[in-house]
Amino acid sequence: MSQRYEIRFSGAGGQGLITAGIILAEAAAIIEGKHAVQSQSYGPEARGGASKSEVIIADSPIDYPKATQVNACLALTQEAADKYAHGIIDQGVLLIDSDLVKNPPQGNFTLYRLPIIHTAKVEIGREIVANVVALGAMVALTGVVSFKSGEQAVLARVPSAFKELNQKAYRVGFEKMKEIL
Amino acid sequence: MAKKTALIQGNEACAHAAIYAGCTFFAGYPITPSSEIAEVLSKELPKIGGKFIQMEDEIAAMAAIIGASLCGHKVMDASSGPGMSLKQELIGYACIAEIPCVIVNVMRGGPSTGMPTGPSQSDVMQARWGTHGDHATIAVAPASCQEIFSETVRAFNLAETYRMPVQILMDEIVAHMREKIVFPEPGELEILNRQLPAVSPADYKPFDTSFGDVPPLAAMGSNYRYHVTGLNKAPDGFPTTTAELVDAEERRQLRKVEANASAIEKNEEYLVDDAEIIILAFGITSRSARFAVDNLRKEGVRAGLFRPITLWPFPEKRVAGLAGQVKAIIVPEMNLGQLIHEVERVVKGSCKLAGLGRVDGEPITPYQIIDKVKEVL
Repeated sequence: MSQRYEIRFSGAGGQGLITAGIILAEAAAIIEGKHAVQSQSYGPEARGGASKSEVIIADSPIDYPKATQVNACLALTQEAADKYAHGIIDQGVLLIDSDLVKNPPQGNFTLYRLPIIHTAKVEIGREIVANVVALGAMVALTGVVSFKSGEQAVLARVPSAFKELNQKAYRVGFEKMKEIL
Repeated sequence: MAKKTALIQGNEACAHAAIYAGCTFFAGYPITPSSEIAEVLSKELPKIGGKFIQMEDEIAAMAAIIGASLCGHKVMDASSGPGMSLKQELIGYACIAEIPCVIVNVMRGGPSTGMPTGPSQSDVMQARWGTHGDHATIAVAPASCQEIFSETVRAFNLAETYRMPVQILMDEIVAHMREKIVFPEPGELEILNRQLPAVSPADYKPFDTSFGDVPPLAAMGSNYRYHVTGLNKAPDGFPTTTAELVDAEERRQLRKVEANASAIEKNEEYLVDDAEIIILAFGITSRSARFAVDNLRKEGVRAGLFRPITLWPFPEKRVAGLAGQVKAIIVPEMNLGQLIHEVERVVKGSCKLAGLGRVDGEPITPYQIIDKVKEVL
C-alpha cells in the first residue's frame, strides 16, 4: 500500500465541490503524473442536500478509492460539517466557511476558518466560483499539488470566457489561506 | 507521440471503449447510475456515422440493439436494475437466436427501484439466470477505469466470437469515480468481428453447425435472407419441435461457452501463493480487499486476493484449486450472499467459507474485511 493522501470536499449540492475534486485530481494525475482517484457521494436531489467529493492521491496505484483516514477536509455548510467532517486524522486539517459553519466539529485536528463564500461573492464578484476559491485554499493548506499545477488544471477545465475569473478566484483562495497559515 | 490520457469516469471509459471496439449502434433508456454511458455515446456515435437512439423504454432499447445487431452492427445498451429486469425476455431472445450484443448493467440495490444513487453488486445471479430457460452466460466485472475500457472491448469481442449477449457488471463507484486512463492506440487492443457466411445466399443457414458451434451470421439487408425466432429452431432458422434437433441445439448453445471457458475466464491473483486465507472479491469490493490484504500482511496474516474479472463463466477450477491450499475463503460482496453460493458449490467444504454482505448503499470498507478475516482465522 502506498502512502495515501486523502482530501474530502463537502458542502451543499450545486456548490461545485465535485468539480473542485475533479480539478484537484487532474492536477495530481494528469499534470503531476501521480496516482489519483476522485469519487463522490450524492443523493437524489440535484441541488441542496449535503454532498461530498473525495480525492485520494498517492505515488503508486490506489486500491480503495474512498477515504479511510482523512488528511484534509473542507466543509462549506453546517450540514456538510455535521455529516462529513469526520474521520479526520490527528494532525489533519479542517477548513470551514467561517460564516456558514457556526458549530465546527471537535477533534484532534487543526481547524482553519475562511469566509470562502463571502470572498467569492464580494472580492471576486461571483458566488459561483466559491468552489475554486476553496480549491485554491485547500491547495495552499495541503501542498498536495503545487500552486502552478492547480492553476493549470483550473484553466484547463473552465470555458475560455471564464478563465480570468476562475484564475483570480484560485489565486485569492490560495493567498488568503497562506495569510492565516 | 505520448498517448492520450484523461481523468474520466468509469462510465465514460465504457462509452469510449465501445467506439474503440467498433460499436456503431447504441439504444438505451437513461437510468442512474448508468446514464453517462448513453450521454457520451449520444455525442460520440454520430461523429463516426453511428446511431444513438433513446428509446421509449428499456424493453424497446433491448429490442433495438437486437435488430441492429442482426443488420451487422456491433451494438450496446446500458441500464441498471429496474431496466435489466425489463430486458430479461429479450436477453433470452438474443440467447436463443444467438445475436451478439453487449449489455452494461451498472448495478443498484433492489428489488424494484431500490436505491438509484447507491452502489450495489446485487445482480450477480440475475446476470446468470435473469432470463428463463437453460442458457450460457458471459459476464465481466471490471474494477478500474482502465480495466472498464479493456473489458468493454473484450465484451464486444466475446459477444461477436460466441454470437451471444455479454453483460458488463459495474457498480456505482467504479462507474462514477474518475481515474486517469491511457487510451490505447488503434490496433493496440485486439478487435474481433463475427464470422460472416462463406457460402452463397442460396446455401446459407443461420444455424449451420457444419461451421462449428458458432455458426456464421449474415447481416440482414445484405443478400442473405433468413428466419429468426425465439422458438427452438432448426439449422435454417425455422421453428422445430424435432426432439433430437432441439436437444442438440440446446446443448450446443451451452457448449460454446463451456468448451471455451478457459479462453473466456480472466482472473487476477494477488499474494495467493503462500496465503492461508483468500479474499474472493470483484468490482469495487476487490479494491477494498486489496487494501485489506496489504494491511493484514503487515500484521503477519498471510492473506491473498482472488479477483474474478469474469463472473460468468465462474472460474471454478482455479477456485477449487485454491480452496485446497488455504484455511479459509472470505467472500465480501455488496449483496446479502450471491457469489458465495457459487464459491460454496466449487469449494465443496474443502476450506472454511464466510460471507460479508452490505446493502446499505455504502461500500464494504477494508476494515470490515480485516475484522472478518480475524474473526474467521
